Amino acid sequence: MSILIDKNSRLIVQGITGRDGGFHASKMKAYGTNVVGGTSPGKGGELADGIPVFNTMREAVKETAADTSVIFVPAPFAKDAMMEAADAGIRLIVCITEGVPTLDVVEAYSYIRRKGANLIGPNCPGLISPGKSLVGIMPSMIFKEGSTGVISRSGTLTYEVVYNLTENGMGQSTAVGVGGDPVVGLYYRELLEMFENDPGTDSIVLIGEIGGDAEERAAEYIRDHVTKPVAVFIAGQQAPPGKQMGHAGAIISSGSGTAAEKIAAFEAVGVPVAKEPSQIPALLKGKR
Amino acid sequence: MKIHEYQAKEMFATYGIPVDKSIVCRSVEDAVKAYEQLDAQKVIVKAQVHAGGRGKAGGVKLANGEAELRKHAAAILGMDIKGFTVDRILVGQAVNIDKEYYVSYVIDRSSKAAILMVSREGGMDIEEVARTTPEKIHKFVIDPSIGVPDFLAREAAFKLFDDITQVRKAVPVFQKLYQLLIETDASLAEINPLVLTTEGEIMAIDAKMTFDDNALYRHPKIAALNEPSEEEKKEQSAKSKGFSYVHLGGDIGCMVNGAGLAMATMDMIKLYGGNPANFLDIGGSSNPTKVIEAMKLLLSDKNVKVVLINIFGGITRCDDVAKGLLEAFHQIKTGVPIVIRLTGTNEKEGRALLQGTHFHVAETMGEATQMAVKISK
Repeated sequence: MSILIDKNSRLIVQGITGRDGGFHASKMKAYGTNVVGGTSPGKGGELADGIPVFNTMREAVKETAADTSVIFVPAPFAKDAMMEAADAGIRLIVCITEGVPTLDVVEAYSYIRRKGANLIGPNCPGLISPGKSLVGIMPSMIFKEGSTGVISRSGTLTYEVVYNLTENGMGQSTAVGVGGDPVVGLYYRELLEMFENDPGTDSIVLIGEIGGDAEERAAEYIRDHVTKPVAVFIAGQQAPPGKQMGHAGAIISSGSGTAAEKIAAFEAVGVPVAKEPSQIPALLKGKR
Repeated sequence: MKIHEYQAKEMFATYGIPVDKSIVCRSVEDAVKAYEQLDAQKVIVKAQVHAGGRGKAGGVKLANGEAELRKHAAAILGMDIKGFTVDRILVGQAVNIDKEYYVSYVIDRSSKAAILMVSREGGMDIEEVARTTPEKIHKFVIDPSIGVPDFLAREAAFKLFDDITQVRKAVPVFQKLYQLLIETDASLAEINPLVLTTEGEIMAIDAKMTFDDNALYRHPKIAALNEPSEEEKKEQSAKSKGFSYVHLGGDIGCMVNGAGLAMATMDMIKLYGGNPANFLDIGGSSNPTKVIEAMKLLLSDKNVKVVLINIFGGITRCDDVAKGLLEAFHQIKTGVPIVIRLTGTNEKEGRALLQGTHFHVAETMGEATQMAVKISK
């Protein structure tokens, strides 16, 4: 089992004729993801690596019965792409695009929720249910089918952790990169709930970083609602206040959002926090 | 991106938000002229810098008469506030304050929307109020599809004012401030304090705005107000090359692909007793040109004694990364020792390519960090 995506997910790639969209559409298809179509206004009727291209999302959904989309369009057009997907009836919208203005995300998110759909990202690597479906840009070869759920605000740090899990024989049910921006779609609380309810997941890794207080709220949620073992890693203990550390959302503002506060919040509810990524498999095994 | 108080007040005025009468000055002579123009006995002199806590630093003074104005203007111009040298002051008509309030819009991560925050504790450090007496701050989540309708602005205004006359004056201020936030892609629009004058008027006597860097492309006029500090200039130049760079001051230079992994790398350096010189995320790929540019940036910091390169090879496999590194270092001549840690797809092949070179090659993050720390000592 897995969360959000599996063998039955039917994916449209928005911006499939762009460089990144085209490259990753082929990667996803090669992995076995059910890539049923792509969109690119004005290029409807063409094929991209054998995948049919449509002018509009509405047409794409009508022709393919797609339920999931992944967005690779440039930042100025990302809001429109997210809203177009929701309007066409897509249930899960994954926005990879980096640098989307925050207020665009606020507006698109509000619309997506009113349509009853879910958003992941923007500025995220997407998600993977190993052996079933890959939606996004994660390097599939480091993942292995299994039962550990992974939630992360980061890209390569996630891969580092997953690599350690896989090397230790711990495969993954689903790994989700929620995105590094201040405002993004699905976050810790919703994903923890999904993993808690997923019979195919028996442990959870949460990878956080400085900025905001979502980790603190996740710690409270784990205390009250999560029975499965959770291990945590928090990046940015050495980050100076007021500086954005790569991700737009990774910033300590007015002394809050520090790694120390987040680590303390997890430790206070008995969730082990790894000092380095390689400790995570042992922390999870220790709790089983 | 930050702007100065006087620039924010100009925007407020354009949107019809009442502000005190004030003039920005670059010299004592300018200040005297402004004083005559304002035609007031008492004026406030305020340092214009991109830093909070101006008052505590002595950058805000009340002047009664021209002599005092000259004295304060001369003292504040050239003053250092948190590393910023004051080159502009704002001279404003002193207002007869009855009460002070706090009003702001910020983008709230948790509600994924703009929120309006109001408090009767105006003129104070709002973070301090939030910590000690959070119940004194009232928050309203704004639905982006309806913005700030009258009823919502009224509800917020009643948290501050007991008199309907004042509520009626506050409503359009709250609505116009929201309009300003949205139309300029601001991440913060703050009035602290909004004052009620003894004459019964409400007025913003301070103004603070910060803007979303990701949206500056559609606001060229705002982008033109950017005044980066020396450190920010270096960060922005790195950004134009596709890097995220933050100077930290230690002696172990770091080059990492990905922001999360880059943060984790500097944390590990500290964990093993070393001091990271910087945060540097070179982005997802790691082609030779990028590595060369990144090395130039790292080596421009003369404190760097050793460079730690930590690359996760995902879609770009480790053997390709290794070839790229060899190619890059063929062009860079440096005596600074380099520790390389490659992990991910084809990592064994990648490491094999680096064996027998002058690089120190490590397998795990822990091992690489320990090597770098040892060399730095």
